[in-house]
Amino acid sequence: MKKKTKKTSNFSKNLITVIMVALLYAVVAVALYTGKASRQLSNMLIPISAYIVMAVSLNLVVGLLGELSLGHAGFMSVGLFGGCLLSIALADVLPVAVRLPLAMLAGGLVAAVFGLVVGLPALRLKGDYLAIVTLACGEIIKNVITNLKFTGGALGLDTSPVYSNAKTLLPFAIVLVFLTMIVMMNLKNSKYGRAIMAIRDNRIAAESTGINVTYFKLAVFIIAAFFAGAAGTLYGHFFANVKAASFDYNMSIEILVIVVLGGMGSVRGSIIAAIILQALPEVLREFADYRMLIYSVLLIVIMLLNSSPKFAEMKGNWSIGSVVKLAKNKKKSKEAAENEQ
Amino acid sequence: MSNNKPPRAPKIPDSPLVPYPSGAFVPERDVKSIPVLETHHLGIDFGGLTAVDDFSLTVGKTEIAGLIGPNGAGKTTVFNLLTNVYQPTRGSIMINGFSSAGKTTAQVNKLGIARTFQNIRLFSNMSVLDNVRVGMHNTTHENLLASITHGFGYRKAERTSKEQAMELLDFFSLTELADAQAGSLPYGAQRRLEIVRALATSPRILLLDEPAAGMNPSETHELMENIRRIRDTFHIAIMLIEHDMNLVMGICEGICVLNYGKIIAKGTPDDIKSNPTVIEAYLGKKGAKGQ
Repeated sequence: MKKKTKKTSNFSKNLITVIMVALLYAVVAVALYTGKASRQLSNMLIPISAYIVMAVSLNLVVGLLGELSLGHAGFMSVGLFGGCLLSIALADVLPVAVRLPLAMLAGGLVAAVFGLVVGLPALRLKGDYLAIVTLACGEIIKNVITNLKFTGGALGLDTSPVYSNAKTLLPFAIVLVFLTMIVMMNLKNSKYGRAIMAIRDNRIAAESTGINVTYFKLAVFIIAAFFAGAAGTLYGHFFANVKAASFDYNMSIEILVIVVLGGMGSVRGSIIAAIILQALPEVLREFADYRMLIYSVLLIVIMLLNSSPKFAEMKGNWSIGSVVKLAKNKKKSKEAAENEQ
Repeated sequence: MSNNKPPRAPKIPDSPLVPYPSGAFVPERDVKSIPVLETHHLGIDFGGLTAVDDFSLTVGKTEIAGLIGPNGAGKTTVFNLLTNVYQPTRGSIMINGFSSAGKTTAQVNKLGIARTFQNIRLFSNMSVLDNVRVGMHNTTHENLLASITHGFGYRKAERTSKEQAMELLDFFSLTELADAQAGSLPYGAQRRLEIVRALATSPRILLLDEPAAGMNPSETHELMENIRRIRDTFHIAIMLIEHDMNLVMGICEGICVLNYGKIIAKGTPDDIKSNPTVIEAYLGKKGAKGQ
């Protein structure tokens, strides 16, 4: 009996996340297509979607596998350039509806291959060393792309032939976000997910229970790189010019911040944190000088909240029912206090 | 031995029990069946230090074997050698008639060897049930596609693995705790869970590294019962490292004594008890004289 409730609760948790994101996108889509969305909002939509995909896929590496990877932006830029170059080549032949998914797939695959190449030697390292190697790999990728001719060099790749506005890109973004989300959630509740989490919790014990640690680490790295690449391609289509230099370690760390603040291994957390942290600088634009100050203060507040066990407990039982319960309990205790008086 | 795969998770075989005590420390005594574990002149050096040397041992199919010795004798090193955590410098290991040379720890586990650890190593952030299901990793028929899509036989595989895991948990009366986080369990339950997880890999031989460490006499007694029950139910061999002599003498059919990385005595509990070399190793020369 107990087992059953656990399973349903797991299932409904995922369902809530899916519904939450679906509702959010529905509202945004209606606003966008009826022309009610502000310029600011429509400009934020695609980058935020890309960041959601980036954060959720990085969460697979950091949250589930427990390895610190600081080169996620590198995979994104590899995917971006791979996908966009293909898209530019096919710009006159295929319509957007076919070209973009194809480009995203290609970008994802290119990034996955890079994930394999980087991961094969790097994943033999542990902890801090892996973080340093992935950081270096991200920087190497950035510098190589900046110095290649066919990627446009330091001037950046001219993606104006394939530039599309938010209205065209939104459906693809929604599909990509849902795909990433569902893959990540499904993986978590499966044999593979359990093996990955086992490696995170205790590598030696996982090995001695018959889990091929290298294989799983590599698989996670490749899957994460694939989604990063696909997100990169999407991101690239939203700009008329992309420079490899903007995909540096700052961006990797920005994604890592989203993952950490959203909660390790939590898909919903990553999504919420991605939206908040990406929208915040835009929303706070009016406050100009105080913008970054407010941003950093908020980061600290979230960090403190996350480290408090009470908040974690609340977050764990986050549902409408528990909010009502909490309110009721407060009321009761208030009444009790009044009665005593 | 045409079948390379270890048997599917715990099922009581129909064949009659191999008569025990097999006492198969000496190979000739159990010639008919291939011994579940055989080591020949196993040795490992760490730099200039020889941690284990000339370690030859045979464990029969349903034997409970004990590995004892003073602190630092190299007992855990032997376990690490058997599971290929360390690669041996010399000698060979045969598990179920297959050589484990050049294999990884995970591959050796597939040959049919499972272990627990001296300092408990559970997947502490995962549920008790999931800990056991990780143990069933290689017997769960679920590929990456099924894992990602939750189709293609995912439900069936998950259901079977869950049923088997619950069965195993029931065997050790851990059913109630199935949903609890493994790290939050009381000490004794954690020790039991580690054994369950090792059993879930459907091994032919189970290595227990100090299973009674930190337990009180009644818990130790329960553990003894459990070890016997494991052997009688799953028909597997068990090899254990233990300092609690009541436990070792009580359940082991064959005992091997290690000192400074070398075997100083092998035999039945009674042989070991009266062996002067063993007494000397534990109590020193003066102590041995006083006996």
